[in-house]
Amino acid sequence: MATTNNFKLEFKSKPENVGFARVVVAAFATQIDFTLSEVEDIKGAISEAVTNAVIHGYGNNPDGLITIRGAIYDGVLEVVVEDQGVGIDSIAQALQPGFSTIPDRLGLGFSFMQSFMDTIEVRSQPGRGTRVIMTKKVSRRADHAQQSLS
Amino acid sequence: MDWETRTVDGVLVVRLNGEIDLNTCDVLRSELDRLLKLYNSPHLVLNLGDVTFVDSSGLGVILGRYRQLTEENRRLAIVGLQPQVKRAFELSGLLRVIRVYASEDEAIAGVSKEVTA
Repeated sequence: MATTNNFKLEFKSKPENVGFARVVVAAFATQIDFTLSEVEDIKGAISEAVTNAVIHGYGNNPDGLITIRGAIYDGVLEVVVEDQGVGIDSIAQALQPGFSTIPDRLGLGFSFMQSFMDTIEVRSQPGRGTRVIMTKKVSRRADHAQQSLS
Repeated sequence: MDWETRTVDGVLVVRLNGEIDLNTCDVLRSELDRLLKLYNSPHLVLNLGDVTFVDSSGLGVILGRYRQLTEENRRLAIVGLQPQVKRAFELSGLLRVIRVYASEDEAIAGVSKEVTA
């Protein structure tokens, strides 16, 4: 699968960068024919992934580094959100809706990512950071519209 | 994110504007708690009609105020959900517990009626 475009973004684990990250990825995503609603979903997924990195990965330490890599290939957006923080003890537990190690949090971050994107893969080891790989394909309707224009 | 407030018949109405995420949720939480104390209002109506984005951080703050008020036999209602915000509310299950009204007037009447009923 040939990648038609890609980017790499690195920023500090500050709350104000959550909005920055989702806007950058959303702008990148508009290079393929996502609907407005799909772009909103992508923004939601990125917001949750970066929030997890800030509050769980780095425990709100603003000096951590978060890396986002984005790629576009065959009508698919792939986004990788990565931190070098504390990692996740049990990925299976973390993926359960409503599970959170922090009181006053809904524990729906991964559930939202799963709902907003087509695929999500979480790789993590305690003490070795977390990598979240998400993909989303443009919808069939947008695909057809693109084909009919070409 | 910014907000406007008013009270009507003892109901605190907060009209929010902008995006609610990790960067703004702490301010929102402390401001709502401060306003509820300041106006000594039994009920809260949140108008989200001008909120363009919310994630689970923002929903957590809203659910927290809902639980707190409900425990004290007070009410929280929502007005106006843009598509992205509505989808987040649906996915989180909040739409099953928090009433959403079409207008501030309906919400004000609704929360007052719920308690007296």
